[in-house]
Amino acid sequence: MKLTIKLFATFRQGRFDIAEREFAPGTTVGQIVDQLDLPREKLGILMVNSRHVQLERVMAEGETLAIFPLVGGG
Amino acid sequence: MRDFLQNNACGDLLGNEAQQQFAMKFELSAAAAEGEILTLGFLPARYQRNRKMLSLPQQLKLHQSCVAVAGCGGLGGYVIEELARLGVGKIIALDPDIFEAHNLNRQLLATSDQLGKPKAEAAAQRVALVNPAVELIAIQAALETNNGPQLLKTAHLVVDAVDSVAARLEIGSLCRQQNLPLVHGAIAGWYGQVTTVLPGDRTLETLYRHWQGGKGIEAELGNPAFTPALVASLQVAEAVKILLATGDLLQNRVLTLDLLRMSVETIDLIN
Repeated sequence: MKLTIKLFATFRQGRFDIAEREFAPGTTVGQIVDQLDLPREKLGILMVNSRHVQLERVMAEGETLAIFPLVGGG
Repeated sequence: MRDFLQNNACGDLLGNEAQQQFAMKFELSAAAAEGEILTLGFLPARYQRNRKMLSLPQQLKLHQSCVAVAGCGGLGGYVIEELARLGVGKIIALDPDIFEAHNLNRQLLATSDQLGKPKAEAAAQRVALVNPAVELIAIQAALETNNGPQLLKTAHLVVDAVDSVAARLEIGSLCRQQNLPLVHGAIAGWYGQVTTVLPGDRTLETLYRHWQGGKGIEAELGNPAFTPALVASLQVAEAVKILLATGDLLQNRVLTLDLLRMSVETIDLIN
């Protein structure tokens, strides 16, 4: 299935801003995070269709996943 | 009192000097005088540019409000400044730290003469200069589970302006226990986020679900001058809406800012 992945802030470095990629049906958000070599402990918001989702969320054909890093400064 | 105000006001606007004379004549503190003036239907002249968006009863409501600001650094300095200029009557400013040279690039309260001095005390000095009618309680300590219930007794809401995820989660849990709204803001380099947590919500637990200790990306990016000013302003807008029970809040939504690309997203946190 074809998915659009959007990365934010430091997650773009050495990767991409936005990319359309092919994934196996049933792929979860967590599997995509791991494939992109994103450190799980630095994950902030995970967004599909303007909503925050869990790592276990199964993606569907044509969806867009946006991945934000954890922001904690003041 | 009403006679004095009628004789010295211009319409319903009371000039700064007349406000001070009113306090002296009736032996009131600056804060108490402001309360009387607003209650009697007069507006201190300093608030005249507020009045097209805040009614006199709303200005009085702000005067009667108490906001606790956890952290007097990058976010907290601007939050306190704006709350004081708005006329929020009581601000509890908490920070255990002193100013260091690396604060000078962005923290409003950090000035060369304040290096080595407590941040909370600097907040008190600043607010005394900006708006003497605002009572600022300076606490040189972090807001924590053990001191929170006592310190927050008179607070109507808490602003999260701290710099660690552990402290944010502790404040989130404290506010839930104390049934207080919490306005969260966090920054890292060009990026920032704001959300409002109402009692019962578990928004911070959702946002920081993957956190396993340590800092976020601010550890690698640092923070410039403009990101804290912007995120703090958004937090104050949320705080004012909570105090006045008006507008739409960022409840169960997080607003994220990317100032490098100038993109703003609002993300629903409820599935």
